[in-house]
Amino acid sequence: MADAPLLELKGITKRFPGVVANDHVDFELAEGEVHALLGENGAGKSTLMNILYGLYHPDEGEIRLRGKNVRIHSPREAIDLGIGMVHQHFMLIPVMTVAENIVLHEEPHTGPFLDESEADERVREISKQFGLAVRPEARVESISVGMQQRVEILKALFRGAEILILDEPTAVLTPQEAQELFEILESLKAEGKSIIFISHKLNEVLEVAERITVLRRGKTIETVPREGATEEGLARLMVGREVLLRVEKKPAEPKEPLLQVNDLHVLDERGLETCRGLSFEVHAGEIVGIAGVDGNGQSQLIDAITGLRRPENGQIRVADQDLTWGSSRECLDAGVGHIPEDRQLRGLVLDFTLAENLALHDYRLEPDSKYGWLFPRRMIARARKLLTEFDVRGGGPQTLASSLSGGNQQKVVVAREVARNPQVLIAAQPTRGLDVGAIEFVHRRLVEERDEGRAILLISFELDEILSLSDRILVIYEGRIVSEFSPDVSEEEIGIAMLGGTREETAA
Amino acid sequence: MTLAPDPEGRSGFAALSSFYDRAGGLIIPLAATVLAFFVGGLVVLATGANPLAAYKAIFDGTGLVWFFQIPWDPHSPEFADLQQTLLITTPLILTALAVAFAFRCGMFNIGGQGQYWVGLMCALYVGLHFEGLPRPLHILLCVVASMLGGAVWGGIAGILKATVGAHEVISTIMLNWIAIWTGRWLVELGGPLQGSEPAVPRSNDIDASAQLWPIGTGLQPLHSGIFIALFALVVYHFVLNRTTLGYEVRAVGFNPEAARYGGISVGKNYFLALAIAGAFAGVAGSMDLLGWKFHVAENDFPIGLVGFTGIAVALLGRNKAVGILFAALLFGALQVGTSPRQLDPNVFNPELATNLSTIIQALIILFVGAELLIVYIWQARKRVGFSGPRRVEPELKT
Repeated sequence: MADAPLLELKGITKRFPGVVANDHVDFELAEGEVHALLGENGAGKSTLMNILYGLYHPDEGEIRLRGKNVRIHSPREAIDLGIGMVHQHFMLIPVMTVAENIVLHEEPHTGPFLDESEADERVREISKQFGLAVRPEARVESISVGMQQRVEILKALFRGAEILILDEPTAVLTPQEAQELFEILESLKAEGKSIIFISHKLNEVLEVAERITVLRRGKTIETVPREGATEEGLARLMVGREVLLRVEKKPAEPKEPLLQVNDLHVLDERGLETCRGLSFEVHAGEIVGIAGVDGNGQSQLIDAITGLRRPENGQIRVADQDLTWGSSRECLDAGVGHIPEDRQLRGLVLDFTLAENLALHDYRLEPDSKYGWLFPRRMIARARKLLTEFDVRGGGPQTLASSLSGGNQQKVVVAREVARNPQVLIAAQPTRGLDVGAIEFVHRRLVEERDEGRAILLISFELDEILSLSDRILVIYEGRIVSEFSPDVSEEEIGIAMLGGTREETAA
Repeated sequence: MTLAPDPEGRSGFAALSSFYDRAGGLIIPLAATVLAFFVGGLVVLATGANPLAAYKAIFDGTGLVWFFQIPWDPHSPEFADLQQTLLITTPLILTALAVAFAFRCGMFNIGGQGQYWVGLMCALYVGLHFEGLPRPLHILLCVVASMLGGAVWGGIAGILKATVGAHEVISTIMLNWIAIWTGRWLVELGGPLQGSEPAVPRSNDIDASAQLWPIGTGLQPLHSGIFIALFALVVYHFVLNRTTLGYEVRAVGFNPEAARYGGISVGKNYFLALAIAGAFAGVAGSMDLLGWKFHVAENDFPIGLVGFTGIAVALLGRNKAVGILFAALLFGALQVGTSPRQLDPNVFNPELATNLSTIIQALIILFVGAELLIVYIWQARKRVGFSGPRRVEPELKT
C-alpha cells in the first residue's frame, strides 16, 4: 500500500437534524482489494457510502479518487467516475427482463426501439467476462433473490464500475447464495475491481475482506488487516465493549407444560396443508427451538398459536386453556406473547409513535385508557420507562417507529411483548437483521424470561441461534416434527433432519 | 424484500410524511391552491377579462372580508354575503369528515352523496311528522334520525367489506344511486314523502318546530347548523386521537396486518369507520334540510353534489380537522363568490365564473392528488440534482 490509494475519504462529516451520522470519518480503498466497512446498525456505514455515491452531500471533508479531489453531486456523476453501488434493497424493475434491467439507461437501440438481441448479447458477454451466470431473457420477478443481486452487480459493471459498493449484500441471501457471492467477489477482484463490502456480520467480513474498517456511532474506530483479526476483537471494536458471542445460561429447570400443541393441521393462504399433524409441548422455564428450512409450516404454526389463523384440526392449549379456535385477542389475553417474524409488516405500525406501538395490545386497558378514552400522557410515560429499560436508541416515545433502525425497532417489539409478562412467548426470527450488540441483548432477554418461568418457543432459520439458545430442539419438516435433539447435537445431524433425512430414533 | 421497492409502498409513504412534517403539512395544500388559482387566472385571461379584477370581484362576493371589518356589524351587506358562504360551508365540512374518517381507516368513502341523501330523507320524515314536539326535541330527533340513516348507509358498505371483501369504492358508489333513486321516488314519483299536491314533484315543508334557529338576517339567513358542523370537527379530532376506537381505526388504516396482530378486529373497524363516516354525511343532509331548504324538490337531486365536493375538501384538508375547516371554507366561498347572484357581470361573466369555480376545484384536486409527484420532484431536485436549480454546496475544506 505504498502508492496513493485508489480512493480516499478524509474527514467526512454529515449531520442530520439531531444526529451526526458521520463524524470526521476516514476511509481508504486500494486498487484490487476487498475492504469491509463494519459497524452496528446506525453506525453511519450507509450514510458514508451514500455520500460516496452522490446521494448525500457531506457537510465537511473531501473525497479523493486516484489522488484527485472530486465532488460527487449525483449517482450519475458517481457512475461516470466508475463507482457503482448495489443497494440493500434492489433497484430493479420486476416486470422487465434481466438484460433490459442491466442495459437500462444505456440501451442499445435501433431507432426508437430497444435492440433486444444486442442487449442480450452484451449482457451475455459481460456475464461471461466476470463469471456471473445469468439468463438475460428471464424476467427479474421470476428469478431468485441471489440472482437479482447478480443482476445488480452486472448492472454496475455494465456501466463501467471500477469501485463496487455492496450494501449489506448478504442480508437477503441464504447461506449458499452468500457463499456464491463470496466466490463472485474473488473473481471480480481478479479482474482488478475494488470492492467496498458493508456488513455487520463478523464471520463474513473475516472471510471476504483484506482490510476491515470499523465504524461506531459515526466515527472511524480502526482499520485492521484480516490477518490477526478475530470475531471477538472486531465485536469489541464495533460495540465498544466486551461482547458475549456465546449465550450464557444455566441449565433449564422445566416445570409444568404451558403450551401444548396436539395433532395440529393448518392450511396456508393457498389452501395447502402446511402443518400436518404437529404435536409438541413447551414447559415453563425452557426454551424449545424449532429448526427447519423456511416454508415447512413454521409460519402457519406461529399464526395458529397466536390466533391469527384458524387451524383445521387439532388442539392448542395454553396453561390448560383451550385456544384452538381462539381469536388473536383471546390468545393475547390468555398470555401468549409473540415476537413476529416480520417486525415491519406485523410487529409495528410504522406510522405510529413508539408510545402508540408499545400500547398495541394493551391500549384498551388501564392505565392506557378507561371507558374507551385514551390517556396519551400515560402511554408516553409508560413508553419512556420501557424504552430506557430496553435500551432503545434513536428516538423517544413520540418518535415515529419508521424512523428507528431495524435493531431498535426489534427492541421495541421485544419490550412490548416481554413487558406483558406472557406465559408463553413465541419468538419468531427474533434477531433477523440485527447486529451483534442487539443480538446479544435479545438473547439475554430471552434467557432471562426463561428463568422467570415462561415457556419460550423459538423459531429460527439460523441454526446457530437455535443451537445456542434452545434447551430442546425440534426439527420441523413438511409440517411435522420429525425429530428431537438436545442442544449438544452436531450441526450436521440437525442439517440432515432438516432436509428430511432418515430419522434415527433408535437411541444409542 | 425480494424485488425492487414498490414506488407506492412504504418508502414513498415515509418520504411523504417526512416531507409534510417539515412544514406542518402545509406545503402541498397551499402549493396546490396557489397553482390552481394561477391556472384559473390564465383561463380568465383567455376569456378576455382581467384575472385580478375577476378574483377581486369573486372575493368581494364571498363576504369573507367581513371578518376583517372590526367592529363586526351584523347588518352590513358583507355579512349577508358571508352568511351564504357559511351556509354552503356547513354541509361541506360534514361530508368532508365522512371521507376523512373512512380514510383514516384506510378506506375511500365515495358514498358521501348517498349517505347525505339518506340522512336528509330520514330528517325529512321526522321533520314532517311528530308535530307539536318542543322545538329543541324535534330538531334533535331529526338530527339523530339523519345520523342513523347515514350510518346505516355507510355501514352497509362496511359490512360488505368486512364479510365478503367487497371494495368500498364500488359498493359506496352503487349505494349512492340506490339512495338517489329511492329519494326521488319518495318525494317525486308518488312516494310517501311527496307533498300534498300530487302533481308537484316536491315534498311539503317540514314542521316549523323542526327548523334550525337562524343566526343571521335577510331572506336566507345562516342557521345554527354551522355550530353543529364545527362541533363535529371537534368530535372528529377527539374520537380519532383520544379514544380507543380512534386508535383502532388508525391502526387498521396504517397497517391492518399489525392491527390484527395487536388483537384488533379489522372487519369490525371497517364497519364502524364507514358507519361513523356515514353518520357525518347524514348530518350534512339534515343541516341543509333543517337549516334552509325545508323541503326537497325535483331539482335538488341533480344539483346537489355536496357529497362529492366533500371528497375534494377532505383531500385538500389532509384529513385533519383544522385543514378541513379551511378547505371547506375555501370551496364554499368559491361556490358563492362565483354564483351569478354575487358576481358583477361587468367584471366577469357569471356563467363563465361558475365554470371557473369548477375548474379551480378540479385543479386543486389534481394538484393535491399529484403530491407524490411533487415530493418526487422536490427530492430529486435536492438529492440528485438532475433538474431544477442545483443547490449550492458549501465549499469543501482542503
